[in-house]
Order: sequence, then C-alpha cells, then structure tokens
Amino acid sequence: MLDESLKSDFPTLKQKINGNELVYLDNAATTQKPEKVIKALESYYRSINSNIHRGVHTLSIRATDAYEKARSKVAAFINAEHREEIIFVRGATEAINLVANSYVKPILKEGDQIIISQMEHHANIVPWQILCEQMKAELKIIPMNEKGELLIEEIEEMISEKTKFISINHVSNSLGTVNRIEDVIKIAHSNNIRIMIDGAQAVQHLSVDLIKLNPDFYCFSGHKVYAPTGIGVLYGKKELLEKMPPYQGGGDMIKSVTFEKTIYNDIPNRFEAGTPNIAGTIGLGVSIDYLVSIGIENIAKHETELLDYATQEIRKIEGVQIIGNAIEKASVLSFVIEGIHPHDIGTILDKQGVAIRTGHHCTQPTMDFYGIPATARASFAIYNSRKDVDALINGVKKTIEVFT
Amino acid sequence: MSEWNELYMEVILDHNKNPRNKGEIEGYTHSADGHNPLCGDRISMQIVVEDDVVTDASFIGSGCAISTASASILTETIKGLKRSDIEKLFKEFHNLVTSEDSDSGAVGKFSVFGGVRKYPARVKCATLSWHALMAALEGKKEASTE
Repeated sequence: MLDESLKSDFPTLKQKINGNELVYLDNAATTQKPEKVIKALESYYRSINSNIHRGVHTLSIRATDAYEKARSKVAAFINAEHREEIIFVRGATEAINLVANSYVKPILKEGDQIIISQMEHHANIVPWQILCEQMKAELKIIPMNEKGELLIEEIEEMISEKTKFISINHVSNSLGTVNRIEDVIKIAHSNNIRIMIDGAQAVQHLSVDLIKLNPDFYCFSGHKVYAPTGIGVLYGKKELLEKMPPYQGGGDMIKSVTFEKTIYNDIPNRFEAGTPNIAGTIGLGVSIDYLVSIGIENIAKHETELLDYATQEIRKIEGVQIIGNAIEKASVLSFVIEGIHPHDIGTILDKQGVAIRTGHHCTQPTMDFYGIPATARASFAIYNSRKDVDALINGVKKTIEVFT
Repeated sequence: MSEWNELYMEVILDHNKNPRNKGEIEGYTHSADGHNPLCGDRISMQIVVEDDVVTDASFIGSGCAISTASASILTETIKGLKRSDIEKLFKEFHNLVTSEDSDSGAVGKFSVFGGVRKYPARVKCATLSWHALMAALEGKKEASTE
C-alpha cells in the first residue's frame, strides 16, 4: 500500500462533508488535484503567462518552453515513439471526435462498418453514431459476457472488407474491466484495420507502453490523472497524423495563409488550432511528474489491493450485487442493492461524507445489457486507504438499515 | 437514524416499499412518460379524466425512493381533483421542494417532501411523476425533467 501521508498532498481532501471527514470515491469521474498541480497553474499565471509559439519576447519563450516540455513528458509517460505524436485536446471526448472526423470520415464510404464494444462510454459511441449517420455507414458492437468481459474471439467473425475502423476502451468506466487491448490491436492489424483505444480510465491505473501495445490512436483526459479539467491527450501514429486533414482551422495550425490557399502546419500544431489550454497543459506535465515519482507500478498495486479488499467486504453484505466481475479489473467497484435505487444509496453515503457516483455513468448500453437503470460506483485512487473502504462498507450497511 | 428523517420520512419509505396504484389502468384517457435524463429513471403516468375531473390514476416504471413515493402519493391525491386544482397543487408542490418560504400546509400529504429542498440533486426525483402528469393532461406523450 502507498503511504497514507500522500493524502495530505490534496487540499480538497482536508474537509468535512455533512460533519464527516470527506471520503472521496468518485475518482473515475474526476480525481482531486495535488498541491503541486494547483501551484503550477498559479505559478504560470503569476509569472510566465503569455501566448505561445509566436512571440519573440522572453515570457512567450518561457511559456512555449513549459508547454512543449509537457508534450515531452506525456510522450515519455505513455512511451510514444515521437513527441509530435502527442496532440493536446480538451479531453478524451475531443480526441475521439478528432479521429472520427479527420481520420475515419475521409476513408469511410456508404455501407462501411465501424466496430466499437458493448461497454463503451457515450464518448466512444456517439461520435461514431454521428459519423455513421452522415456517411450511411454501420456501427457494429463487440459483445460481452455477464462478467463484463469482451468476447474478443468474436471480433474476427465481425470483421469484413467493409470494416474500416475499430475503437474500444482500455478500461471500462462503469465495470472496471481491463480489456485485452493487445489482442484486439493484433486482430485489427492482421486485418489491415486501424484502431483507436480510449484510455481515459487506464493511464492513471496501469502502465501504458504505446510502442509495445502498438495502437494507431490512443487518448486520455487530464482531469482523471490528477491534472486540471479541459486538457487531454490524443496520441496518433506519426505516419497517420501527417496525412490527416485538420480538425479545426485557425491560428497556430498554419504555415501560411492567403485568401487563395492555406498551407497547414506540421504535426502536432496542425491539430492545435487557436490558443490552447496552456496552463492546463503545464498542469498535466506536473501531474505526470507526480505520478511518475510515486511509480505507476506502485499505484497499480495499491489500487488493486483496495479494490480486492472492497470487493471482498461488499460481497459479505446480503442483497448487494457487484456489476462487473471481470478477472482483470482496475479501480472500479460498481454495485446494486436489491430494492434500493442507486440514487438513494448515493444520498445516504453523502450524508456520511462518502462521495460515490450513482447513475448510468454515461454507459447506458452497458446498463441495458444488465437490465438495470443505474449502479452505485466507488472508484479508487492513490490517496484512498482501507479506512476509506471501511467508510464505504459502513455506509452501504447503513443504507440497507434505513430502507428495511 | 434521525439524521435521515428529514429526507427519507417514514411515509416516503412506506410508499417506496409498497407503492400505491402501480400498474396499468384499463381504458385510461391520458398518459405520458416522464424521463429524468440525469439518472435515466422513467415513470409513466396513466389517468382517466371524466368531465374535467381525474377519476383514476396509476404509474408504471421504477425510480429511486423519492420518485417512487412521489408518484405513489400523486396517484392517491389527484383522484377527484379538477385539472385546475392539480395545476395549483403542482405549483405549491414545486414551491415546497425548491423554496425555503413555502407553505407545507397547502400541499397536504406532499408535505413529507419538504426535506427535498435541502438536496438540490434530488428535486428532479420528486417532480418526475408530476412532469409526466402535467404532460399527460396537456395531451403530450413525453415529459423531461430537463
């Protein structure tokens, strides 16, 4: 387990909610920010705030330097081969929309197919649905079993010459399943299909090596890795990004503009139109430094121990059913209680200072698969402890007392 | 367990456990589905209106304790009421769950929902069946809390 003193790095966690110590277990929605990240934002605005890339003055050079250093940190963090393969976006949602529009749309014809999975977040469903509607293409869904594991052996059969793209998540946000993406990537590539992996629930929990995994695109959101909101990362293979048309037009993404013709900039700038989220990007770099200093392997071990402990304890409570029982899971404990709606569980836990998420977690097709409208979801992070799990378990027991 | 009582009053817990008028009504004259996109909950209301008076009411669907109890109490309360009475009651109920200076005496049985106003995230649970009812009375098929 990680040292409990780590919690003191996070100012938001030092407060009482409804008279109880805050126990924050909504980390799959967003993580709290360490002091270092908050300070980095303040320091940027206090000392080097200026626009990047075009200025010749000192502040602009400093801001550009800090912004571009963050790109190198991200590249190293997920082991991308080239730093220009890292595109800064608003979040995983924007990354997926970018790929849908700039990579998939130009190669998609009427009757073509895109494959996603049964357990996707709406962010990895709706952009593809919009695209399929526009291009009269079809969306195909990789099925899963009751435990919440994708039936990867069925993908080969789903693929035809009409299949143009695959996009699936690395880790499910509502079930916690760690998908065997290395196998899916191999299947895609052996059929000459490009593939995107939504890593929004992965990079904060497990070590991601893009050279080894070899996806064509990968993305994640900063705010789920202890960085600010409004900053995220799209990784794309250099040879693909270089051939892709821009997603948005504007400043910084051009080499030259005349009314007759615009020459687009090289990657990554071609995909970063307009003044970006400079402070957020620098904050992301700092949060990555912080994670690296703790060690992703240590984090994975810590969170697995917490998840195992929570799973073991919640199983002892009669009437509780865990939703998502994959063999490989990361951080997420989704559950339902017989006869008690998740929102009522959420309210009663909140009364005890325990913050969890209740609802469909932006995965309505996953909820439909299980025939339920919603679940209660606890999700763990580096600052959580066994005491936090105990608070959750006590809260669940109290909820059952109130309703019986 | 007094700490829960302000929201989960005994009456609410009872209606949640044993909802009244849950199920289809044969020959209903008006119906509408209420949808809360925030949580995905759906509650449908079915009513029979004769000469501007609601003579029967039921609800279908599942939701949290607050939305289930609200729907259950609603079906009991509106039987025998005129459309104008229902509109007035809805205003008073809405006031009760959102405003500090509301008159819980004006809403009869619904006064048990007074605690909801301290839980802004739950107001839509309390009003879901009401939105469906108002849509049904207006001849609409669907209502959303958003």
